[in-house]
Amino acid sequence: MNERPDPREYLRDGPDLTGAELDRRLTETWRDAPGFIGWLCSVDHKSIGRRYLVTAIVFLSLGGILAALMRLQLSGPNHHVLSPDRYNQIFTMHGTTMMFLFAVPVMDAMAIYLVPLMIGTRNIGFPRLNAFSYWMYVAGGALLWVAFVVNVGPDAGWFSYVPLSGPQYSPGKRVDVWAQMVTFTEIAALSVAVSMTATILKQRAPGMTLARTPLFVWAMLVVSLMVIFSMPAVALASSMLMSDRLVGTHFFNTYEYGDALLWQHLFWFFGHPEVYIIFLPATGFVSEIVGAFSGRQTFGHTAIVLALSATGLLAFGLWVHHMFATGLPRMGYAFYTSASMAVAVPAGIQIFCWIATIWSGRPRFEVPLLWVVGFIVTFVIGGLTGVMLASVPLDLQVHDTYFVVAHFHYVLIGGAVFPLLGAITYWFPKMTGRMMSESIGRWQFWLSFVSFQVAFFPMHILGIEGMPRRVYTYPASMGWGTLNLLSSLGAVLFAVSVVVFVINMIVSLRSGARAPANPWNAPGLEWATSSPPEPYNFAHIPVVRDSTPLWSPELTFARGLRVEDRELVMTTVLEAKPDLREPSAQPTIWPLVAAAATTVVFIATMFTPWALAIGALPVAVALTAWFWPKDRGPEGEPVID
Amino acid sequence: MRRLLPLGALVLLAGCAGIQSSNGRDGTHGALIGGLFDKFLWTTVVVYLFVMVLLALAIVHGRDNRRGNAGLQGEPPVEAEHGWRSGLTAFAGATTLILAVLAIATWFTDRSLARASANPALEVEVTGNQWWWDVRYKDPVSSYIVHTANELHLPAGRTTRITLKSVDVIHSLWIPNLAGKQDLIPGRKTALELHPLHTGRFRAQCAEFCGMQHAHMALDVSVDDPQAFSTWYAAGLKNPPIPTGGQALAGYLLFQTLQCSSCHNVSGTPASGQIAPDLTHVASRRTIASGTLPANHDGFAAWVQDPQQAKPGNHMPKVPLSPAELAAVTAYLETLR
Repeated sequence: MNERPDPREYLRDGPDLTGAELDRRLTETWRDAPGFIGWLCSVDHKSIGRRYLVTAIVFLSLGGILAALMRLQLSGPNHHVLSPDRYNQIFTMHGTTMMFLFAVPVMDAMAIYLVPLMIGTRNIGFPRLNAFSYWMYVAGGALLWVAFVVNVGPDAGWFSYVPLSGPQYSPGKRVDVWAQMVTFTEIAALSVAVSMTATILKQRAPGMTLARTPLFVWAMLVVSLMVIFSMPAVALASSMLMSDRLVGTHFFNTYEYGDALLWQHLFWFFGHPEVYIIFLPATGFVSEIVGAFSGRQTFGHTAIVLALSATGLLAFGLWVHHMFATGLPRMGYAFYTSASMAVAVPAGIQIFCWIATIWSGRPRFEVPLLWVVGFIVTFVIGGLTGVMLASVPLDLQVHDTYFVVAHFHYVLIGGAVFPLLGAITYWFPKMTGRMMSESIGRWQFWLSFVSFQVAFFPMHILGIEGMPRRVYTYPASMGWGTLNLLSSLGAVLFAVSVVVFVINMIVSLRSGARAPANPWNAPGLEWATSSPPEPYNFAHIPVVRDSTPLWSPELTFARGLRVEDRELVMTTVLEAKPDLREPSAQPTIWPLVAAAATTVVFIATMFTPWALAIGALPVAVALTAWFWPKDRGPEGEPVID
Repeated sequence: MRRLLPLGALVLLAGCAGIQSSNGRDGTHGALIGGLFDKFLWTTVVVYLFVMVLLALAIVHGRDNRRGNAGLQGEPPVEAEHGWRSGLTAFAGATTLILAVLAIATWFTDRSLARASANPALEVEVTGNQWWWDVRYKDPVSSYIVHTANELHLPAGRTTRITLKSVDVIHSLWIPNLAGKQDLIPGRKTALELHPLHTGRFRAQCAEFCGMQHAHMALDVSVDDPQAFSTWYAAGLKNPPIPTGGQALAGYLLFQTLQCSSCHNVSGTPASGQIAPDLTHVASRRTIASGTLPANHDGFAAWVQDPQQAKPGNHMPKVPLSPAELAAVTAYLETLR
């Protein structure tokens, strides 16, 4: 055994080593290898986060094209733009793409990029797992879309209710594609959730106690724990479905004492928390933007944290409100009605806190804050229709009608996409070093806001007037034509507005104004480093003394991390006292190889169960290489202070 | 404010609801739910306006702060926010209170719905199929059972209990003018009670996605006065006469000898298939193929000529017929009154 060198012999950032020389050495240690192979091997949270974001926006565009096709078909009665078979594939693909391939991953994308910067660390925890999650996500999305292009797109709805999705009523491979895509995205989301939880709990900068942790980071902590508890339910359900379809088990076959409702319980036990997994990060964006643009710490930090946690807990107690029409016992329903209504309390608390922040601060109504105002105006409608849906008798009328379609688009677009567009505008300079165009941004905000209302408000009325969801056409005599036409016009304009946003991103990336480190005069640590940040994020790890470190007169830094090895500071969970120095993983190709091997297994299992046994071998090889202790590297050592 | 206009329109629409509208309120259940809907609608409108006023005031006040360099900056001291914290507590308390009131109103409506469902005078069994409704009026004496498809006749002012079953996938029966929806789940029995307040013709539609032709799975609902209902019921127990000559007889013979009779039932004839809609009185209905085409000469002709034209993917195969054969079968179907 080699003698361990004296810890003092390592080169460290510190009193003597600062400035350009430190930057050069840290860049050498933390940057990705050059070239395409280096790109494939990257474990830098910023690279992975950017890729996630670009990929999610690609899926948003694809899902949006499907939405436009549906609106074209429904713009009048008895249209023949799409055949029923194609329409059913398209609405299934739209829901599946938007939920699994856009909404959840785009929130992960923002978190992967921002959380390590916001908490003042150099990389995400488990960076290789994080890289692996991206490749799994891409593989799942590619599987779904390639299948759709060759007419094997799933057609049983994004919820795939059995027995319709079972072997008897959905022969062929369409539903298998759906079930395996779910498996891919589950693994991706779980990998991110685990990395995120560890990062947030152990890597916060010294002094960033839980009470001082930014609200977006808090939201991601709650969301990550929700993912860890909810995803296994859908993993179980989709495995059971695959098993029914592939090897003839009877979990859901009612003629062999299986049960059709079991699927719905498992699916919605995941599916309802899923909505908050999308919505809570968006509230985190809003809390960050409101504070930064009002020039004051967001009012009610503790109240918002409690509201986030309460939402996360309640989310697991209201899945049955998707099943009010299935004839479960009525007394049981009362519990789910109460739980579903109760979730409006934490939502209301957050809205009050944001309004109070604007009221008592000095708000600058730049584009990100405009999106927040648009979000409140829109989301509250979705929240209130949600209260209606919680009431069993009302739900029995409007369940599975266009009223519900209106409700969840108000919640998901108004409640999550509006804040997301604000958040992208807000953090774009940090990610790219350039500002997005303010004038296009304002113009596009108004176009989006108005066209959204035109597209989705009429759907409330359509639902009350009896139009069910998931119909590929409707008779002229029903009188739904005018409102549908209006909705389709709004949808086209809304699609245009999203295209304008993406164009604004691309043009600004090339020729936007250069952004300084902190262009908005925001208080968070992510603005303490250059725009875009260097590979190592921070030359010295910041030390936090309050919730708004960049508004303090002076930002202090800790020194003493190794410069020639990838090293992080671990802090204690509650108080964020320096605890350990911990090595951070080097770039490697093995997460990609492991993801490729897993992809082969998952796709092959759609055809033969033997793939599980045979395909496990390459996966095992890839994982062994991934975890092979080639170089002992720096070891964790107690902090010397 | 733009959003208020549609809200107003929504209220106006209540006065001119269609044949498939939850604003119809033509049954006791539908009316009870409608009443609850109004309470929720007005409560939420008031709450929404209140939040919007708060937001507008916040924007105005914030702008003033900015101009006058007033307001709070950075991390405000605890004392400075005392009023806001009280406001938050009041807001959360008021939210909880309003929600509690709405939950209690829900509970009372639920009890009323249960009372309106008690002591049914009539029992019907509706079975969901991809993509049509099988309807069977229950009676202890089997010769008093009326069997039909895609139509539901109900007596006004009486409670009917509908037992719901499915032979394939999950469907959902929704007659919005009369009541809320109820799923039909294979392997389970569910029930839906209806108490129509007056006569009328309504339309129901499957509300749970059930495959390719989910969009064409309607049920024609007639609420008759009890006298007319009895007349209809009595007619439903009789077998239609077998044609004695002409095109109709030729059509009858084709119907019995081609594939038709292996799936469809026409009582009083050898055709006794049980896997497709009962056609005994098909010409007395208003629509065929679950509301897809009218039940008249043109509708029958178009459907029999190519069932995949109007409702692609449905389970009835195209039976190749010469024009003369098609005319004969159509003529026969028209006699099934």
